[in-house]
Amino acid sequence: MEITVKFFATLREGRGKITTYVTEDSVTTKDILDYYEINVEDVSILYVNGLDAALDKKLEHGDIVSIFPPVGGG
Amino acid sequence: MFGYAGKILRINLTTKEVKVEPLDEKEAKKFIGGRGLGTKIFYDEVSPQVDALSEENKVLFVTGPLTGTPTVTTARYMVVTKSPLSDTIASSNSGGYWAPELKFAGYDMVIVEGKAENPSYIMIENDKVEIRDAAHIWGKVVSETTKILEKEVPEKSRVLAIGPAGEKLSKIAAVMNDVSRAAGRSGVGAVLGSKNLKAITVRGTNKVKVADEEGLKEAHLEMLKRIRENGVTGEGLPAYGTAVLVNIINETGVFPTKNFQLSQFGQAEDVSGETLAEKYLVKKDPCYRCPIACGRYTKVDDIEGGGPEYETIWAFSADCGVADMPSVIKANYWCNELGLDTISAGATIAAAMELYQRGYIKEEDTDGMPLEFGNSEAIIEWTKRMGNREGLGDKMAEGSYRLAESYGVPELSMSVKKLELPAYDPRGIQGQGLQYATSNRGGCHVRGYLISPEILGEPEKIDRLTIDGKATWAKIFQDLTALIDSTGLCLFTSFAMGADEYARIINKVMGTEWSADDILQAGERIWNLERLFNLEAGVDPSQDTLPKRLLEDGISEGPSKGHVTRLSEMLPEYYEIRGWSKEGIPTDAKKKELGI
Repeated sequence: MEITVKFFATLREGRGKITTYVTEDSVTTKDILDYYEINVEDVSILYVNGLDAALDKKLEHGDIVSIFPPVGGG
Repeated sequence: MFGYAGKILRINLTTKEVKVEPLDEKEAKKFIGGRGLGTKIFYDEVSPQVDALSEENKVLFVTGPLTGTPTVTTARYMVVTKSPLSDTIASSNSGGYWAPELKFAGYDMVIVEGKAENPSYIMIENDKVEIRDAAHIWGKVVSETTKILEKEVPEKSRVLAIGPAGEKLSKIAAVMNDVSRAAGRSGVGAVLGSKNLKAITVRGTNKVKVADEEGLKEAHLEMLKRIRENGVTGEGLPAYGTAVLVNIINETGVFPTKNFQLSQFGQAEDVSGETLAEKYLVKKDPCYRCPIACGRYTKVDDIEGGGPEYETIWAFSADCGVADMPSVIKANYWCNELGLDTISAGATIAAAMELYQRGYIKEEDTDGMPLEFGNSEAIIEWTKRMGNREGLGDKMAEGSYRLAESYGVPELSMSVKKLELPAYDPRGIQGQGLQYATSNRGGCHVRGYLISPEILGEPEKIDRLTIDGKATWAKIFQDLTALIDSTGLCLFTSFAMGADEYARIINKVMGTEWSADDILQAGERIWNLERLFNLEAGVDPSQDTLPKRLLEDGISEGPSKGHVTRLSEMLPEYYEIRGWSKEGIPTDAKKKELGI
């Protein structure tokens, strides 16, 4: 399956804005963070298709994962 | 007196009388300063039914007891008056450097009454106060006004001014200071215009007295540490400014697009905080004594200036369907120069674009610049036409509500109490919807920033799509914000600080012994006072509502698809928690409890 992964703000450093994660195995949101070397403490918003997702959420083909560090207000 | 300067400067522009009065410390402490004390004094002196643009209205420039003190973010003041846009009490907040200078000059606030016969400005230098002729700067944009005044007032003076929009009594005109800092909302700039008051310059050389200097140094270092270690205040805001929210809010599917007809904008990346930092940022632009430095100083096509903020970017991009960042930034610069509230200006253009889309505004009304969603030239040109009141811009200068109402369709104005809604679609953020409907100045996000828990997860994450507990959250955020707005500190410290921390730093400055509960009660007192003012002004509880679209039409696509704001389910609980009657009126018991 293919999963779109989007990085924002400081998480783009060394990772770019958007990428595709391809796998044959089952994968969770935490697996994605681990793969892209993002510490859980460095994440303040984690969305799957725009909705808050737990770290153990199993992903499906075509899902979009959006990852934000603690950033903003105003 | 600690924190306070102890003096009120009262200027009557009709009689040209200048008076210095002592500050009533006991009264001051009940309402703290800034928003709270300004509202109390205004309510004591002016009838809530006053015509906002008449000579009988007053305008107060009010610092807080912490403004100008040696700790962080002590830059803020409030412009308190009756709003010509909403008829509510207005207290519009701004930062920069003007307010600390007023404190150094020896005044807690300036009260301006009456109306000058000719365009005038006020010069303050410590004890010396003069009302001067402003014929040579009337009609000039804010930056030019500032440059001219800086040459004729004492060196190092700070300048507060209105632009042409305020002079021409636009109901969405701002008061500007330090060139690009704005007391934006509620049309406060028009009140100055109606008094023929172009500017106030101030130079001060005194220091503010604090109660516990050593204790303050310690509390200050702790506050600074918290701010630096917090992700929002220590990393995100300094690096990207408030613009960092563009992608967050868009990914959440609550980024109002084309006058709230849609809730996601396909080209959000082009107008994001990341793009701003990458292509247009020149440097950070902090206020007085601020380590957060969320302010931006930018450049596009050889033009430089302050901003844009998140709200500004939203209003001129997604809300108008425009993806061209240079045009968005230029529209922002024009708002600063003309002295317009960027939220209301962009949102009014968006409303006009929907009116045009639906055939209410005709092509011949647009004088060669069609009000089409996506037209990047239009957002610049119509900002100018509004600021200068040209053609249809004259009607638009009255704000989106009066504009839409003139065509018989007020429901196409995305506003509450006639104040244009900002950059968050409340159908996907239930608590924020409740706050929009109940905020004392109308459609405002910042007075109870529930985006913080509902989207950003600060202080904790709550589900944005459910209604449970939102009434309580709204009250707490609203009360705490009212308190912070009254101290002279910046609201953004609240990402890193809670009520206990605020109480501590306030006590060190003022020599008080307040607990977190004490200061939250002060916030509640201030909130209720504003409510009472509004009720007397004729802004009744039936206006605690949202535009029909947000109550009835579900979001059309994206992660928040199908949702509306379930206001009728939250409002009764909110009134109850506030200790108000079922009709939304503060009870005698509540008034007695709060001492108002």
